[in-house]
Amino acid sequence: MLGTIGDFTRRQLVVLGQLARFFVQLLMRSGVLFKRPRLVIQQVHFIGNYSLLIIAVSGLFVGFVLGLQGYYTLNRYGSEEALGLLVALSLVRELGPVITALLFAGRAGTSLTAEIGLMKAGEQLAAMEVMAVDPIRRVLAPRFLGGIIAMPVLAAVFSMVGIIGGWIVGVVLIGIDTGAFWSQMQAGVDVFDDVLNGVIKSVVFGVAVTLIALFEGWQCKPTPEGVSRATTRTVVAGSLVVLGLDFVLTALMFSN
Amino acid sequence: MTSLADSSAIGSAPTPAASTAVLDFDRVTLAYGDFTVLHDLSLSVRAGEVVAVMGGSGSGKTTLMRAATGQLAIQSGELKAFGQSLCGIGRVELEKLRQRMGVLFQHGALFTDLDVFENVAFPLREHTRLTNAEIAQKVLHNLDAVGLRAAAHLKLSEVSGGMARRVALARSIVREPQLVFYDEPFAGLDPISMGIAARLIRRLSDKLGCASVVITHDVPESFEIADTVYIVGQGELKASGSPASLAESNDPYVRQFLDGAPDGPVAFDYPMTPAFEQWCRSKGVQP
Repeated sequence: MLGTIGDFTRRQLVVLGQLARFFVQLLMRSGVLFKRPRLVIQQVHFIGNYSLLIIAVSGLFVGFVLGLQGYYTLNRYGSEEALGLLVALSLVRELGPVITALLFAGRAGTSLTAEIGLMKAGEQLAAMEVMAVDPIRRVLAPRFLGGIIAMPVLAAVFSMVGIIGGWIVGVVLIGIDTGAFWSQMQAGVDVFDDVLNGVIKSVVFGVAVTLIALFEGWQCKPTPEGVSRATTRTVVAGSLVVLGLDFVLTALMFSN
Repeated sequence: MTSLADSSAIGSAPTPAASTAVLDFDRVTLAYGDFTVLHDLSLSVRAGEVVAVMGGSGSGKTTLMRAATGQLAIQSGELKAFGQSLCGIGRVELEKLRQRMGVLFQHGALFTDLDVFENVAFPLREHTRLTNAEIAQKVLHNLDAVGLRAAAHLKLSEVSGGMARRVALARSIVREPQLVFYDEPFAGLDPISMGIAARLIRRLSDKLGCASVVITHDVPESFEIADTVYIVGQGELKASGSPASLAESNDPYVRQFLDGAPDGPVAFDYPMTPAFEQWCRSKGVQP
């Protein structure tokens, strides 16, 4: 029993060490952003643009639900006009970065893992190495930077569409005063304490999810089963890390 | 297709240093873990020479190429490329050496997100400062040499397996490397394409003075173009010499391989390994 625990711990430490080393390698090769920005722009487009629809639609429905739930709760205390503030703070501080990161892990993360894994299985990464082209610099670093840039933008889109969703439910359907909805939001949301912290969270989640996705693809067994397992691990590990980091960041940012 | 008859399709001819050993294996042992693939192998390839490395499946031909390109560390002996030892070589030095090499992978290893043109252009875009027009000219020139000029715009999903092999061949030679490895260059090609590919390899060595290592088990094509043939098997170098001398050989191993005879010294069974013995013990069966 102790041996099993020890063996498991040792293996996890090895993976953690490999992940840290991989992270450093990516950082050291991130100069590609300045040398060949086009490679990064392509990835921002690929990762960001193709995730836009699912993010926007999810944001809209989350906004709808927040509008409904918020109204029923605030109505008990006669504070319906604070619905705009509730929706905005919930989205900007918490739901925007977290749900976007979870969707990002499922949509873009799996795509990255599968792409890198299949490139490995098809000897494309080995071919690059033999052609004296560093695959980490040429393939992985642009994707890493693309993920980090795309994630806060997607979180902002999620929050923005979510607020519109809350407005549709609260103002258009239920009939809350539109001036109160927006003015409460304007007065109560702080650019630094709320918006900036939300952006910082989404950047951290972007780093975490993209790093895990690329690492899983890079380390996977070059077989269909290996790629499939790596893709699953990306979603599971990525989601858990996002939720764990969210707790830590929230505790750091919003505690006095 | 006229390109192969027209030798200008390949490029300008440098001055070949005919006596220079571009690749040199000296009593090299290659292994994966505790499984020795080839041992005590000595082999030399000179500029302008076409060398065929032949042997049955699993005899270690591709392993030999992996060692020569720095993908696999040797266990013992001395391995030099362009006069520089590959043992303990640094990443930067290895990349410099690799820039002088071209490799045709066994399964092509083409980049599936790029089209035919961009696959061939890839090494040029990564390692040269040529303009787009110069790259286009060079790429189309090389695609012409493999008969695929008019397929430059196609996606990889739109080309057949044989065409993909020819694209990979064009990519491996587009930078006019001084040492080219062709891993199974004739696999999956129809007889016409096979003959064309063989002549292209020969012509490249003649025109550019590059050393060519052809890893294959295709006897007629390789004997037609090779200057020297090495036959590996059973973990060692079995025979070497000119195609003519090997064709005359009475060595039972060489004869069985060249004639494709079912009976002889070439074992059909995969050799016993310590890993297999351990696996047998874990299953409770006799190895």
